[in-house]
Amino acid sequence: MKKRSFAQRIAGAPYILWAALFIVIPMAIVVYYAFTDANGQFSFDNIKQLADYKETFLISFEYSFIATVITLIISYPFAYLMSKKSAASQRIMMMLVMLPMWMNLLIRTYSWMNILERNGIINNFLEQFGIEPLKMIGTPGAVIFGMIYNYIPYMIIPIYNVMSKIDKSLLESAEDLGSNGLSKLRRVILPLSMPGVISGFTMVFVPSVSTFYISQKLGGGKVMLIGDAIERQMQTSYNYNLGASLSLVLMIVILISMIVVNRFAGDDDLLI
Amino acid sequence: MRKIISVLLIVVLTVSAVTLAGCGSSRVSEITSPTGTYTRDLEGTTINVFNWGEYISDGSEGSLDVNAAFEALTGIKVNYMNFESNEAMYSKLKSGAVSYDIIIPSDYMIARLLEENMLQPLDFSKIDNFHYIADEYKNLYYDPDNAYTVPYSVGMVGLIYNTTMVEEAPTSWSAMWDSRYADDILTFNNPRDTFAIAQFLLGIDINSTDTADWDRAAEKLKEQNPLLQARVMDEVFNKMEGGNAALAPYYAGDYLTMADNNPDLAFVYPEEGTNIFVDAACVPANAQNYDAAMMYINFLLEPEVALANAEYICYASPNTAVVENPDYSLYQNEILYPAEEDKPKTQYFHNMEESIRTYYEKLWEEILLADE
Repeated sequence: MKKRSFAQRIAGAPYILWAALFIVIPMAIVVYYAFTDANGQFSFDNIKQLADYKETFLISFEYSFIATVITLIISYPFAYLMSKKSAASQRIMMMLVMLPMWMNLLIRTYSWMNILERNGIINNFLEQFGIEPLKMIGTPGAVIFGMIYNYIPYMIIPIYNVMSKIDKSLLESAEDLGSNGLSKLRRVILPLSMPGVISGFTMVFVPSVSTFYISQKLGGGKVMLIGDAIERQMQTSYNYNLGASLSLVLMIVILISMIVVNRFAGDDDLLI
Repeated sequence: MRKIISVLLIVVLTVSAVTLAGCGSSRVSEITSPTGTYTRDLEGTTINVFNWGEYISDGSEGSLDVNAAFEALTGIKVNYMNFESNEAMYSKLKSGAVSYDIIIPSDYMIARLLEENMLQPLDFSKIDNFHYIADEYKNLYYDPDNAYTVPYSVGMVGLIYNTTMVEEAPTSWSAMWDSRYADDILTFNNPRDTFAIAQFLLGIDINSTDTADWDRAAEKLKEQNPLLQARVMDEVFNKMEGGNAALAPYYAGDYLTMADNNPDLAFVYPEEGTNIFVDAACVPANAQNYDAAMMYINFLLEPEVALANAEYICYASPNTAVVENPDYSLYQNEILYPAEEDKPKTQYFHNMEESIRTYYEKLWEEILLADE
């Protein structure tokens, strides 16, 4: 590897400083709190208490995984179609994907409450046709839906970026060599778009698994995800130690699952 | 195409900015006839006031802007900040990052602050409006000699119900365990208020220090899990006003706000009794501008100011100048100010010792986990 020049090292300095201040030091504080008790004494109590949250962890991962897979199923064909369109249509489609993100996550989620409510917009509509109201708010389905709705742009954009950079000549040569549509997709597009899929998967899965706002509003406070448990420890129980150990374990589990996903994709060079 | 959209957006934003700005134009920022004594000796100084969100008349819709009126009268600048919960207020105060001159927490939190020596006595010789406070709100349990606090606002929890969705008007907390209303029942999303409902129903002291009592209440709450539509705090407005749930426990004053938007709603104080709270102004031990704080507390007791606050907040006022004023829009309102014979049995929350607090927090987590 070539030695880095002075200028290169200087260029990296602002981010290194940023990372040290806002990533490394806070992480160290999380670790400190996770292994101490309220009096600052070293203790494994918080870690032991985590056993009570096994169910919560499982549910969080299950819901986020379902949400991420559904997001992928919706996003992949859309990103592919989008990358085939003319430059002008691509811009408009991109704007439409981004449009909901111009609005704050909290407001978007609050609006969905009104739509999914017992007397909400959907049930009012169904009532016109004499259909019994559906129970949507306060169910796991509503929470998973909220995750999909809020995070889908994070899946579409990376996949689209990768797809739009696939060299057309590769597709042409695949055709020349006798590939039909399906094998072109399976043997050329899919492998080449994998990096986009992996980064989209990460960008949807990670915020979903740690969300608390979506589960509180759309789950009606009845679906407790790990983010809710952490939020409650920090905001109302004032047990920073337990909150920190929950956060720490969540981070470790996410890290492990991302390593697994990357391995599964067969590409070790990808960033987590 | 894009140009048209941008132009449209700009038009929409400008129009809304102009109309929104229009609302503030009629605010009142002076009181006409102060009854207390004020000086301008402290002109140019600042006081830090820490209060609940949306808990002071702020000049919207032509009301009195209390802080601006105080500045106009005394020349003291008010640096006004909000908190969301007593606990959030406590941790800010404890961290010592900002020194507050006035805080307005609830009863049980005041008890805790006093235990931890975090408040200082008030100089009642400088608070000559204190005589407006009704006797029943003086010398309350958290401040038996009334040396540290001046009551600001009072509230009681009751059961709000939608008359079109219940089969008969509820009178007891047991309605919240009625399977006929499955999926239409809301409850609080915090442990203390939720436990209190089960405790009242079971006839247990809400301030019990016996863990077995808390266990019994927790069992009762677990029974309720399958019937609940949601655990809510502020979302209750949206849900009850929209007719999305049949029953919800919440504060009487907030019911009045909801009933304005949905006439089908009704309210009852359940017969087993209910929680009452008092929020009171106090001065932290490390306050920087003590004399200005006395003036501010005195100002909050001004009939005009207290009336504006009572109208804005919609909770009951401990101030006799408000309660006895026939021009007050909630004058003799039977929910906020029930007649002697209609008064519900009430109990204050007391500050619980650390071990009990940890214990019920743990039970609360169990209840939530059992709900999945």
